[in-house]
Amino acid sequence: MKSLLAVLAVTTALTAPGLAMARPVTLTTTLNNYGGNGAYLALYLTDATGAYKGTLWMAGSKSKYYSHLSGWERGSRGNLAEINGITGASVGAGRTLKVTFDLADALFDAGYKLHIDAAAEDMRDSPSEVVVPLTSAGASRPAAGRSYIRSLTYDM
Amino acid sequence: MDVMPRWIHKVLGLSVIVPLMALAISGSVLSVIPAWDRAEAISPGGVTVAAVAGRVVSTYPGVEELKRLPSGKIIAFYSGTDGPAASVVDPGSGELVSAYARSAFDRWVTNLHRSFFLGDGGRVAAGAGALAMLVLMLSGLQMTARRMGGWRHILDRARGNGVQRLHTDLGRLAAGGLLLSTLTALYLSPTTFGLISDGMSQAPVFPTAMTRGPALPVEQITALRGIDLSQLRVLTFPNPSNPDDLFHLTTATGEGYVDPAGGDLLAWHAHSVARQIYEVIYMLHTGQGLWWLGLLLGVGALSVPVLGLSGVVVWWSRRRAYAPIADNVVAKNADTVILVGSEGGSTWGFARTLHAALTVNGHRVHTASMDSLLRSYPSARRMFLLAATYGDGAAPATAGLFLQRLETIAKAPSFPVAVLGFGDRQFPQFCQFARDVETTLARKGWAALVPLETIDRQSAQEFARWGEALSQVMGEEVVLAHVPERPRTHMLTLIERVDFGAEVQAPTCVLRFALPRGVPFARVAGCGWPRFTAGDLMAIVPPDCTLPRYYSLASSTSDGFVEICVRKQPGGLCSGLLHGLQPGDSVEAFVKANPDFRPAHGGKPVILIGAGTGIGPLAGFVRANISRRPMHLYFGGRDPASDFLYEREIAGWLHDRRLTSLATAFSRVKGGGYVQDRLRKDADRLRALIAGGAQVMVCGGRDMAAGVRDAIADVLAPTGLTPVALKAQGRYAEDVY
Repeated sequence: MKSLLAVLAVTTALTAPGLAMARPVTLTTTLNNYGGNGAYLALYLTDATGAYKGTLWMAGSKSKYYSHLSGWERGSRGNLAEINGITGASVGAGRTLKVTFDLADALFDAGYKLHIDAAAEDMRDSPSEVVVPLTSAGASRPAAGRSYIRSLTYDM
Repeated sequence: MDVMPRWIHKVLGLSVIVPLMALAISGSVLSVIPAWDRAEAISPGGVTVAAVAGRVVSTYPGVEELKRLPSGKIIAFYSGTDGPAASVVDPGSGELVSAYARSAFDRWVTNLHRSFFLGDGGRVAAGAGALAMLVLMLSGLQMTARRMGGWRHILDRARGNGVQRLHTDLGRLAAGGLLLSTLTALYLSPTTFGLISDGMSQAPVFPTAMTRGPALPVEQITALRGIDLSQLRVLTFPNPSNPDDLFHLTTATGEGYVDPAGGDLLAWHAHSVARQIYEVIYMLHTGQGLWWLGLLLGVGALSVPVLGLSGVVVWWSRRRAYAPIADNVVAKNADTVILVGSEGGSTWGFARTLHAALTVNGHRVHTASMDSLLRSYPSARRMFLLAATYGDGAAPATAGLFLQRLETIAKAPSFPVAVLGFGDRQFPQFCQFARDVETTLARKGWAALVPLETIDRQSAQEFARWGEALSQVMGEEVVLAHVPERPRTHMLTLIERVDFGAEVQAPTCVLRFALPRGVPFARVAGCGWPRFTAGDLMAIVPPDCTLPRYYSLASSTSDGFVEICVRKQPGGLCSGLLHGLQPGDSVEAFVKANPDFRPAHGGKPVILIGAGTGIGPLAGFVRANISRRPMHLYFGGRDPASDFLYEREIAGWLHDRRLTSLATAFSRVKGGGYVQDRLRKDADRLRALIAGGAQVMVCGGRDMAAGVRDAIADVLAPTGLTPVALKAQGRYAEDVY
């Protein structure tokens, strides 16, 4: 119970809407035309030591496939409570996923990194497909993933 | 009782035919892939995962994952210039053999098959489709079992016309494969939604303790050196940008993490039973890893479109037979009530004729199904029950509730009732349902208008005779000129006739007509002279006569002529007409298929037994015996000098071995006898032939056929076989007139 509360606290710290010390951030993820079925994507944060801090978004609704997002699975220990209410559909090849959160100011320029794990049916799993540090300077600068993600951008 | 499966089968079948066809056809297409993959796979034995991984890394250092497909192919995954890329590798050399990607077509068909491209909603629909298929199969098999007379007869020869038989035969043949495909689908569908656990997402906890230090060359990693390539499922290499990452290894038995620096297995989790069950069922459904089963199931699935279309044809022809009846008076006003128990719809046709004839006579007639029997008919003066029989003596489709309803009527009505049974004498329980109805009526004290009469194989003549009996008791002329739905007739011109038997008071002639020269494409359009084989029936329609007379054809389309044998009946209208024909004269005729009287496919021997004109179709079979399968002919006549039909041709057929042997019996010569006597004399030989799989085909008059059946029963008695048992296997066929 203690760990669950801790997780909730982290999640709240990440995305608590309406907090004075938070700002809206839009994440735009565009996929390559990799020629496969829709991809599962896990968007999550790690801190300066590389430790998992919380999930921002889960694209893909069937939990039985989450083990293919192995970075997220290891960090969150597969805890489905982490993604309660922040789950959407898988993202088709060539399509774009756009999500907006209120992120705490404290997360920027403090060593936090945004990870995306990606996987698609009958294709290779790609944990930490893309990893970008959260910095004020890095906003609006697209980063490419290893295989599935053409570009990831966060705008403030 | 029987109404339910039939109703379900019909309604469900008609409503899901299109999605089921899509599922089945896409499934067949997918079934080819495992066999295709297997043909391409390179699979050496006795190689370890470490060795192969080492070879691949040395030729392609950027490899991220190695996967062994169920076909045995080894796939290397890496990052290409535009997204994830994969290649088939040769495990012997580590060389990349060819690019690997599931084709867009393969993916398209897969997505059609499992979700109709409709996401989760479509997946539910596909699962529901599998359930519908299961229900259709079970209801269809139950209907078949009932029609055959019980589950123990389920494999007996199917009856009915060509399309019905196709539907039944194919359904039984494909049932095993379809059952496996559907049941596995019904397991896979809920696992997709996590309703049944597939045991997949139970990875071991990622270990924290690991050796710090430089990674070992892959081929030196101990944990991978102990695993044969055939056991490998997936080996994921550590992410080079993450120094804490490990190898993730999945084998046939479990999964775990391997330390790239120390080379040890750090965590291991054996596959759960749920996962093993899932993998077996997945293999059974897809054929991945069991390619030959996949192909078999794929072929089985191809039966679904054929079953669907033939089912629609059967339904449509049945429906047409139930078209509304003209001048149908409501029950309470009718003086005459006709109730119909029909299976295939032909009995409705007879009811229509009776209805029309009585209406012409001024009666107010009400016709309905036997199932709609009412408690009272206040204006009725008489009732007719026209009852077919289903399978082994059961009630037909429109009379399933009749006996039950009858029991609830306590008081016998004031009007008399006449029962007319319809059936086929070739089946043991001839008109059994009509007999049951009559017995019940008699027990309940209902008066009979005329005694029970039976109509064999939709005989219009017998029906007309029953009309004459009605005329007598009703004191009015009831003309029952029933014309079964008649195809277009054609004019046939006689080209040759050969006469026999005049000296023995059995004037018989073999008549040969020219094939009607058709308009091009007329046959395709359904209005030409159809293809026919010996044993089919030719109907002759005498001028000014509505009722056709049927003769067995003694030739096939390929012979290029139409031949029949006709015995002149004293006073016979049609046989008289035919005997009067001279070359150049014409008659009006059409063909009716008789698929039940045909030699079975294959090369097994055929025993042909005929008397008099009964030799006609048998001679046709011999003439068409191009493959020279063994055919043994038993022929009975009166005097070899007078009525030995086909004598000259038979000599030729024996010579060119289309006919293997001939045995004759003539009744009007000294020391002569009947063909059944000849059979008894040949008992040992016949037993041997039948034990070897021979089929028996009998053609002749009713008495002769009964005599032959007794003789064959005596011949077979020591073996425990009977003509009835042979008939159930399709090895004893009769054409009786």
